[in-house]
Amino acid sequence: MPPPVRRIAVDRDPYVAPERPLGNGHATPAVNATRLRATRAPAALVRERMRVESVWLAYGENWVVRDVSLTVRQGEVLAMIGASGSGKTTLLRSLNRLTEITDGAARSGRITLDGTDIHELEVNQLRRHVTMVFQQPNPFPMSIFDNVAYALAERPGRGGRRRRRTPAIERAVSDALHRAGLYDEVAGDLDRSAMRLSGGQQQRLCIARALAAEPEVLLLDEPCSALDPISTATIEELIVSLRESVAIVIVTHNLQQAFRVADHVAFMHLGELVEYGTSEQVFDRPAMQRTRDYISGAFG
Amino acid sequence: MAAAELAPSPPSGTAIARAPREGTTSWPLVDRIGYWLCWTVGIGLCLVALAIVLFMLVKGISYLRIGLLVHSPAPSQIQSQSGGFLDPIEGTLIVALIGTVIAVPVGVAIATWLSEYRRPAGLARAVESAIEITAGAPSVVLALFGLLIFAQGFLGFLSQRAATGAVYGRSFFAAGVVMAGLALPLIVSSPRAGLAQLPNHLREASYALGRTRATTIRRVLLPAIRPDISTGTVLGIGRIIGDTAIIRILLGLTLTTQPVGQVPVLGLLRGTGSTLTSYIYENSPAGEGLSPQKAYAAAFVLLAIVLALNGLVTWTTNRGPRWTR
Repeated sequence: MPPPVRRIAVDRDPYVAPERPLGNGHATPAVNATRLRATRAPAALVRERMRVESVWLAYGENWVVRDVSLTVRQGEVLAMIGASGSGKTTLLRSLNRLTEITDGAARSGRITLDGTDIHELEVNQLRRHVTMVFQQPNPFPMSIFDNVAYALAERPGRGGRRRRRTPAIERAVSDALHRAGLYDEVAGDLDRSAMRLSGGQQQRLCIARALAAEPEVLLLDEPCSALDPISTATIEELIVSLRESVAIVIVTHNLQQAFRVADHVAFMHLGELVEYGTSEQVFDRPAMQRTRDYISGAFG
Repeated sequence: MAAAELAPSPPSGTAIARAPREGTTSWPLVDRIGYWLCWTVGIGLCLVALAIVLFMLVKGISYLRIGLLVHSPAPSQIQSQSGGFLDPIEGTLIVALIGTVIAVPVGVAIATWLSEYRRPAGLARAVESAIEITAGAPSVVLALFGLLIFAQGFLGFLSQRAATGAVYGRSFFAAGVVMAGLALPLIVSSPRAGLAQLPNHLREASYALGRTRATTIRRVLLPAIRPDISTGTVLGIGRIIGDTAIIRILLGLTLTTQPVGQVPVLGLLRGTGSTLTSYIYENSPAGEGLSPQKAYAAAFVLLAIVLALNGLVTWTTNRGPRWTR
């Protein structure tokens, strides 16, 4: 008799768990991490910036985000978690209408920035209010200074032309580098090519660039997934320190990271928003079985 | 344990087994035959290249004199009195310069449009086919077509008119323009490949800062593919300076540079002359065959320029910024 073979059930893929809510006071599924934020931001500083109302998003015939509603607040970090293909990156990209550059993208529902529908704003204006940092560090092939100056607002009609360095521009660039915690490392030579920085420094430069536009909302698409643990820790501390001056939305595959930095957590699965609430609610007392299974590592 | 405490190698006396080099003895016969065939062909190619370079080196250097580089050709049946090839060197540089100045901006623009906009799609496909046809057309055909165009009456100001009023259609300008057409496919393909290599998130990073497509191209994408533009340019120059047919048909048969009129630059552009390739052709046994030794010397100079350009291509490729996709 051959020994019994234990098989992994493939017919359960994609994972579908019963949608029954769990009782309260459930034992915490251990996410082994420490919260970086000691306290919440003072309530006076927390203000609503973006509101996503019943948003559906599709590429071609394929609806990848289904009926999602949530709120993005300044003073808080919102983490979007979920398995690959859950639609979290698409939802993130729809917040600055970057989904539109993909052919065949379609949408339904309403997204507002400070009460204005973002589809009524001029798209390049919107993208200066809602800037983004990507998974791979992508400095532009120019100096550190020019990378940050590239994002600065300028008079219309003179789009992106290389300009003289006025004191105002220099101040704005050093401000942005200070906010991104990079200034002390690069102050000696801002004319050095940005391509020669380390990966972690490049990513902080990208954050500085995104902050230089003075956005209301900063979108981060898995900003640490290409970085080493030390650079990751630096950037996570940076994220928490920035939350009072800018609303932050971070997409991450890394549950520990979401646990460490987030005030609010949105858990998405197959395009649906399964659970959305404060970090304590979602991580410590998840209401849904699927959330509980995901954060305890049953699938993902 | 600290790194310093780690032993640098096994203790002496330990038996060390080195991985053996992979031998062919265990291979099937067919594999071995194929393998050795590849070797033979490769070595053969090296020998041919080496023979060309050595032959031209020996022949060329033995006939090359500094005087040849600084004297104009002179009309003489006797080799010792027929001068040097200063004018053909100048002519090569002028034609390459005209061709590059026209082809590089046009080529980079076409490459950018094809890879970043591609709209309308039908036109993009048509342009691609047009580039392929130009790339595949023999330069003689391009030259004949060029002659047809530049011999039109209303383009007489670009070359010279005979006393009868017929337009000559041959000038540095005409040759340079057709050379630009010859080099264009090479100058398009390299930046296009460079743009295709750039990760999408680089473009998106610029859009996400509220920058338009045009600004993104001008300030982010084109600087990022600078090495590819250089590579395309150098390949194009190599193609231009190596071509004979266009020179023979569109630059005339004079060996010396012959400007038209007194206006400095315009006169030169309208004038005729020669390049190293036409000089070699004229002086080789295939042409007039009057001074074959000078043909060898000129061929050596031409080969040296082309090899230097090839070296430049190797140097420019694989430089420049890299991003993770």
